[in-house]
Amino acid sequence: MEVSFLLNGEALQVSTHPTVTLLDWLRERRGLTGTKEGCNEGDCGACTVVVQDLDGVRAVNACILFLPQIDGKAIRTVEGIGADGLHPVQEAMITHHGSQCGFCTPGFIASMVAGHANGRRDHDTVLAGNLCRCTGYAPIIRAAEAAEGATAPAWIARDAAWLATATKTTHAPQNSDELAALYAANPDALLIAGATDIGLWVTKQLRDFDEVIFLNQCADLAEVHVRQDEIRLGAMVNMARVHQVMAQYHPSYAEMIRRYGSEQVRNAATIGGNIANGSPIGDNPPALIALGARLHLRKGDVRREIALEDFFLDYGRQDRASGEFVEAVTLPKNAPDLRCYKLSKRFDQDISAVCGAFHMTIEDGVVQDARVAFGGMAGTPKLAHATMAALQGQPWNMATVEAACAALTQDFTPLSDMRASAAYRMAAAQGMMRRYYAERQVTAVSVLEVTP
Amino acid sequence: MSVHNPMAHDSARLHVTGAARYVDDIPTPQGCLHLAFALSPVARGRIRAMDLAAMKGAEGVVAVFVAADLPFANDVSPSVHDEPLLATDRVHYMGQPVALVVADSHLSARKAARLLQIEVEAEPPILSIEDALAAESFFEDGPRVWAKGDAKAALGQAKHRLQGEITIGGQEHFYLEGQAALALPQEGGDMVIHSSTQHPTEIQHKVADALGLPMHGVRVECRRMGGGFGGKESQGNALAVACAVAARQTGRACKMRYDRDDDMIITGKRHDFRISYDVGFDDQGQIEAVRFTQITRGGWAQDLTAPVADRAMLHADNAYLLPHAEITSLRLKTNMQSATAFRGFGGPQGVLGIERVMDHIAHDLGLDPALVRRRNYYAAPHKASRAGLANTTPYGMEVRDFLLHEMTDQLLSDCDYAGRRAEIAVRNETSPILKRGIAFCPVKFGISFTLTHLNQAGALVHLYQDGSIMMNHGGTEMGQGLFQKLAQVAASRFGVAVDQVKITATDTAKVPNTSATAASSGSDLNGMAVLAACDAIRTRMAEFLGQGAEVRFANGRVTWGDKDISFAEAVAACYQARVGLSATGFYKTPDLSWDRAAGQGRPFFYFAHGAAVSEVVIDTLTGENRILRADILHDVGASLNPALDRGQVEGGYVQGAGWLTTEELVWDDRGHLRTHAPSTYKIPACSDRPAIFNVALVDGENPEATIYRSKAVGEPPFMLGISAFLALSHAISACGTGYPNLDAPATPERILAAIARVRS
Repeated sequence: MEVSFLLNGEALQVSTHPTVTLLDWLRERRGLTGTKEGCNEGDCGACTVVVQDLDGVRAVNACILFLPQIDGKAIRTVEGIGADGLHPVQEAMITHHGSQCGFCTPGFIASMVAGHANGRRDHDTVLAGNLCRCTGYAPIIRAAEAAEGATAPAWIARDAAWLATATKTTHAPQNSDELAALYAANPDALLIAGATDIGLWVTKQLRDFDEVIFLNQCADLAEVHVRQDEIRLGAMVNMARVHQVMAQYHPSYAEMIRRYGSEQVRNAATIGGNIANGSPIGDNPPALIALGARLHLRKGDVRREIALEDFFLDYGRQDRASGEFVEAVTLPKNAPDLRCYKLSKRFDQDISAVCGAFHMTIEDGVVQDARVAFGGMAGTPKLAHATMAALQGQPWNMATVEAACAALTQDFTPLSDMRASAAYRMAAAQGMMRRYYAERQVTAVSVLEVTP
Repeated sequence: MSVHNPMAHDSARLHVTGAARYVDDIPTPQGCLHLAFALSPVARGRIRAMDLAAMKGAEGVVAVFVAADLPFANDVSPSVHDEPLLATDRVHYMGQPVALVVADSHLSARKAARLLQIEVEAEPPILSIEDALAAESFFEDGPRVWAKGDAKAALGQAKHRLQGEITIGGQEHFYLEGQAALALPQEGGDMVIHSSTQHPTEIQHKVADALGLPMHGVRVECRRMGGGFGGKESQGNALAVACAVAARQTGRACKMRYDRDDDMIITGKRHDFRISYDVGFDDQGQIEAVRFTQITRGGWAQDLTAPVADRAMLHADNAYLLPHAEITSLRLKTNMQSATAFRGFGGPQGVLGIERVMDHIAHDLGLDPALVRRRNYYAAPHKASRAGLANTTPYGMEVRDFLLHEMTDQLLSDCDYAGRRAEIAVRNETSPILKRGIAFCPVKFGISFTLTHLNQAGALVHLYQDGSIMMNHGGTEMGQGLFQKLAQVAASRFGVAVDQVKITATDTAKVPNTSATAASSGSDLNGMAVLAACDAIRTRMAEFLGQGAEVRFANGRVTWGDKDISFAEAVAACYQARVGLSATGFYKTPDLSWDRAAGQGRPFFYFAHGAAVSEVVIDTLTGENRILRADILHDVGASLNPALDRGQVEGGYVQGAGWLTTEELVWDDRGHLRTHAPSTYKIPACSDRPAIFNVALVDGENPEATIYRSKAVGEPPFMLGISAFLALSHAISACGTGYPNLDAPATPERILAAIARVRS
């Protein structure tokens, strides 16, 4: 496969096997060893590089990014970040003693450069995907704060200028019609969206794929349409963009997405990928199911639309025919009482033990409508039907909430694993039900909102 | 003078530009081969057969080795030779290396390693403490017991008595740079090894044995590690030996680095512990007597389990004068990764044991735990102990430099502990779901290797004729800033700017017979050795230049009588006059004596102290929690570099808090470690540090004659994280009248269970 991109200011055209990662290519082929491999699965951020395209500057994990995904983009590794003299974040990291062993530092620098370029001040969120084992993070945050507002180096503009003139080396379908035709003709091909999951099939399971189709150039699949009553998200809308949209319409969902993966992961991961892979612990489906979202599937020229909850048939099994793909998901624009609760051992960048979403309409003290969905409680993301029945039409009080909690045990028989025991999952799900009630009574319920 | 200045880490600029080189970044010779281990799929059993055909036939594979193919010693143990590089007839844990693949790329080696066909006659693994006790599966010879006074009799007479137990989880090091080694074959069969190791001499020793060479045939170099934390004290042996053997057999350079999952599955972690206690105390909460039983799972091989468990015993007192104490230690052999060194080396577990006791006593008597702690402190220097007791530890060492009385006064006052504690009690009354907690924890940590002969170090210093200085010593750089501190020492001795001192990689050919950079001892030992080497040269220069007059080295000048010349001129003059401008330095820690069998003596040169207050909030519906604020006062004597020391304190606290909160190791009942990647094993992330994080260093001097009167700082601050755990316990206790009996790590799940306990 031919791929063109700008690397540290140099335009390159590279012939590559489709599932070679950017990290391996940088280190092994280019001798650019500044970018590090820490975990090879997108969880530590040591491999972070800066990617610029027409949407702007962002940080991504190079360890689970395949070369064809950077076609037509500009890449800066830690070696190229200081091309015009040290970047302000590099200076600040020295001044504020932000490095100790230094192994995570190039990744932090890349994330900080992207955050700086976008004027970000929420450093904890910007850097949630970069693990440091030495410093306790305090000096790194001091450095990030010190560099706020400093003048960015000229290479950002130079790279942007190149983007305006760059031509992609076409290796993938350019829109959903081309994709539909290609996939219908090659239904055994592997579809690759953001590769934040499939990347691990390559780096950890060491799998080879005969045939892959990259979706990253299907421009129409990356569109967001906000209509009068609904929002339509194309399958290739990345989670960073989903976060922006939800921040406007569904803030509780947005807050959950803020903790979903990391900045680097959200910049690559797509809403369609998170749904289509059918994980029982993906965080989007519970929220979307509670919202009553509809899934749009397409095979060739045939389109169909189903309730999202109906897509998840069983563990590892979805209602998707051979050659059929997820085109979009639609959801209501208004749901002021939606609340999403993500529970994990660590707040940031952790896979949920339980993810609960509650969407209830209460009028005159009576539950008019209740949609409650969970991830992590069963083999699929799932509506809590018995719980919803226990709520529906009932007075909105503690007795009803306790009845709903009892009903949760009819809905779910969760498993025990390294994230949580079955009993704790159930207790926490019931705790979320009680939290939803308390939150609607304006009781403080979030430890993340407590200030010292 | 450059010592005591908050200068940047010597490699800071290299770090931020990606130019700092780690083992996997070193350019390799053409034809370099790459290695991977094939791992045992079962935790315990006898190997019946192995079929290597698929591995050997895999793409890119050059060779496959099993134990029988090794030319000399099959041993990577740092202690009692019970750890073969490759399994022989039996396997002892799931993940044990059984075969070594040598291939033309890292990926080819990893792919081929998974093609191992192995038939194992599986036996039920010994995993739990109960399994091991039932099977009497111990290291060494049964329980070790050290005692002071007659704890049993004193317990019988105590007015109050409590029994309890705390389970303390292990911890994965999660150094960001995984284990790595590179072997470069030399003429005549010699070998050069680049290793990410805290212990180059041991790598040299193990490689020499594996190649049938004297130690002089092997040279080991380490410029820096991407984190160590104890995890590279012995765990790098396997990779270095594998590379050396493969390089010998193929004649080509060989490199090995573990993929993160392999790293976590193969290598040892912090020892987990179960500590039970029986304590007697008076109405004031002052301890009369305590008996501890410390049980730890050491995994399949002994590694460093004996000294780790010893150090847990040696820290069972932490900061408290125990009139009668009996500490029993059991070291269990289990079919898991061999637990190993990790920052604190058993000390944190021992400290947490007694801190649990303090917390439990305070809860029982309804007293402020900080008050109970202070009432039990050792006496300050020149002050009388309570009830006229000798101010000695359970192992008979007099505590002469106890600083915690004044440190506690200052810290509790500076952070308004009492006011905040009262306010929290009021707030919790009106907050039904979220509860806050606050706790204070002191730390007293013994500095020195408990294996006395390890307390030695060497250095090598050259002055070149242009006045530039090359400094080398036996310590290794893992991020702690050791090299920078010692460059500051060397620059200070010669009175020059620190950038005139070239810091060079640790190299067994320059300084031999080094101890591991461990036990917080790096600056103490190597600093004094560097000082000795510098002073040897300085003395020669002064004798020549001054001819009896006093010669001063300061501000880049050398002065005596009415003479004032630049340092470079002085060096050039000495060179012309044939004055030796190179010297070695040697140091051994004075005044140590330790009878391990009796558990008596002076195993430590001195104590380092710290104190922390943490405030937390918990969600009583799910157990979710956060650290809101931490205030720390830490004792580093006269700091060699306050910026680097502060970094150790901040990093140590967060790492210690992570150990006791989010970091959970989970094995299934087959002995499979289920948390073998950062997706499932959660070290603290950026937002997990306290939002308010105040760190101050005590302005003081070490009364012992350490390097520029500084104190060790690597491990002690780790234990400050215990205050966060205690604060969680305090928050939980706001939910009811029972005692939380919180186990570690305090995951949301354990917190929710503890809330249920205090309510029932």
